[in-house]
Amino acid sequence: MPKTMFDKIWDAHEVGDGLIYIDLHLVHEVTSPQAFDGLRLEGRSVRRPDKTIATADHNVPTDGTPAARMIADELSRIQVETLERNCAEFGIPIYSLGSDRQGIVHVIGPELGVTQPGLTIVCGDSHTSTHGAFGALAVGIGTSEVEHVLATQCLVQRRPKTMRINYSGELAPGVTAKDLILATIGHLGVSGMVGHAVEYAGDTIRRLSMENRMTICNMTIEGGGRAGMIAPDETTFEWMSGRPGAPDDFDAAVAAWRELPSDEGAEFDTDVEIDAAAISPMVTWGTNPGMVAQVTEAIPDPSGWGEGPADREAAERALAYMALQPGTPITDIPLDRVFIGSCTNSRIQDLREAATMVDGRRVAGSVRAMVVPGSQQVKAQAEQEGLDDVFRSAGFEWRTAGCSMCLGMNPDILDEGERCASTSNRNFEGRQGRGGRTHLVSPRMAAAAAVEGSFVDIRSWA
Amino acid sequence: MRPIDVIEGKVSVLDRADVDTDQIIPKQFLKRVERTGFGEFLFYDWVRSGELELEPNSILVAGRNFGSGSSREHAVWAVQDFGFEAVVAPSFADIFYVNCTKNGLLPVILPEDSCREIAMAGEARIDVDDQTVTSAGGVVEFELDEEVKHRLLHGLDDIGITLQDEGAITAFEAAGGADRGPVTTVL
Repeated sequence: MPKTMFDKIWDAHEVGDGLIYIDLHLVHEVTSPQAFDGLRLEGRSVRRPDKTIATADHNVPTDGTPAARMIADELSRIQVETLERNCAEFGIPIYSLGSDRQGIVHVIGPELGVTQPGLTIVCGDSHTSTHGAFGALAVGIGTSEVEHVLATQCLVQRRPKTMRINYSGELAPGVTAKDLILATIGHLGVSGMVGHAVEYAGDTIRRLSMENRMTICNMTIEGGGRAGMIAPDETTFEWMSGRPGAPDDFDAAVAAWRELPSDEGAEFDTDVEIDAAAISPMVTWGTNPGMVAQVTEAIPDPSGWGEGPADREAAERALAYMALQPGTPITDIPLDRVFIGSCTNSRIQDLREAATMVDGRRVAGSVRAMVVPGSQQVKAQAEQEGLDDVFRSAGFEWRTAGCSMCLGMNPDILDEGERCASTSNRNFEGRQGRGGRTHLVSPRMAAAAAVEGSFVDIRSWA
Repeated sequence: MRPIDVIEGKVSVLDRADVDTDQIIPKQFLKRVERTGFGEFLFYDWVRSGELELEPNSILVAGRNFGSGSSREHAVWAVQDFGFEAVVAPSFADIFYVNCTKNGLLPVILPEDSCREIAMAGEARIDVDDQTVTSAGGVVEFELDEEVKHRLLHGLDDIGITLQDEGAITAFEAAGGADRGPVTTVL
């Protein structure tokens, strides 16, 4: 019987009924301390430290603080130092603050080449779905599961259903992978993918770079999906080649990876078709990623939004929180802040694209804008290409790597009432700072918005 | 984890859809390295602004897709530490649901009408073994995975159960099942 890519990976990792072997476990400072404590309490060890890797990202300052012990915020310092101590005790390799390999966990995995096709990958972070861009089965887990994987190298999982979203057509100029996934979540809703492993397929996906594919898989969780996946191909193999973690016998690995894509005729529980050519630059207007519109549209009237009273009430509450009126054109929304970064959009291609929009221009006087590279390696690469100069000359702050204002656990937060164009993944209430208002957009849209001080349709922006 | 068989008592209601874990426990409280003490920060911003008042009853009735967003287990710890023993909702986000079952916080999925009836009734009795919720609105059944039910009823440690099968893991590794992927210790 023809198998989906998900089926192939699942079946190859099933130790027993509903018990899945994990090939790679990524660890960070926020969701791991209680798991390590649990191990100590029971006198358990880490079964496979050689399949585990850690970094510090959620909490770290992005002002160049060179070591954990120098983090000014006491609780953040304790959390990062705790991670360092736990990794030392249990023999887990770590790239902490100060390492040239430190960065957002979902940026450094692919960058080091430890994220590979065909693997099962977990991390105590919902955006673990990012790694599925390589044709891996990557799922976000909670702290109890982190402890379980540390102790057993296995995860108890119920087999999810499968969904294939097929995209056809060329993306219009100025329309990016971010717009594609925002439009998809707008179409399916924030729980439209719940219970499913989602494969993104079609000619549109095949033409995308690895960075773009990661952006799409990254936001699978915003549609409620368990995992997002894209079949590996030449683009994937090219990315993998020469990375520190790439297999020694690379040709043999590629031959095995070529067997991963879903078989012709494989059946999915749900099939979705999306016309990629019809997608415009997207901007969220509400307090979840499904509350999204084309940049040319206006803020919707809650009475006509969604399906039924629960959606209407949610939209009304969202507009009240966002201080927006129905009928206001998206391009009339004034901005205070711009954030370019996060595990969704902080890779070198994202920064290059944003830089082309601001080269020779100035950030609007009313806007404070910052760029936070996803990893120290992305930062170094960008600096080698002179992108830091482009951003700095335009008036952007150029920071060091971390999750930063995506979730505001470090000092990078919005003030009460501030409105931000953000390349991150969540526009939840208070996500970027209590009372802060977030609009999710692509890196190009964010960069142009920084210059204009409001959203612009970059397709006609000169 | 404490065994649970019957949860009985008053109901608190949070009639909102898509409540995300950032609302349940905002990020500034994720810096703690312990599992305890999160209850006082439950729905912190909503409570502090006065738009939400919640009594720490046994049962929370919530809207669809409860617990969406971040995988932070702190959200479950906060709901539990506040006093809730069960959450009844039309649907849950996947990771939140699993996190509940790992901590003995009972997630109960029921149709919207049933959730409304229980909310109206104001109190209910949940029987884990029978998989029923009884309220003034009547008796309704809910689904629960057999494995999960067994663990909840007996308060069993997930890791302990898996390690009973350690031979299978070792055999899987010995047969080459673990040969995929990088060796992180020699990068």
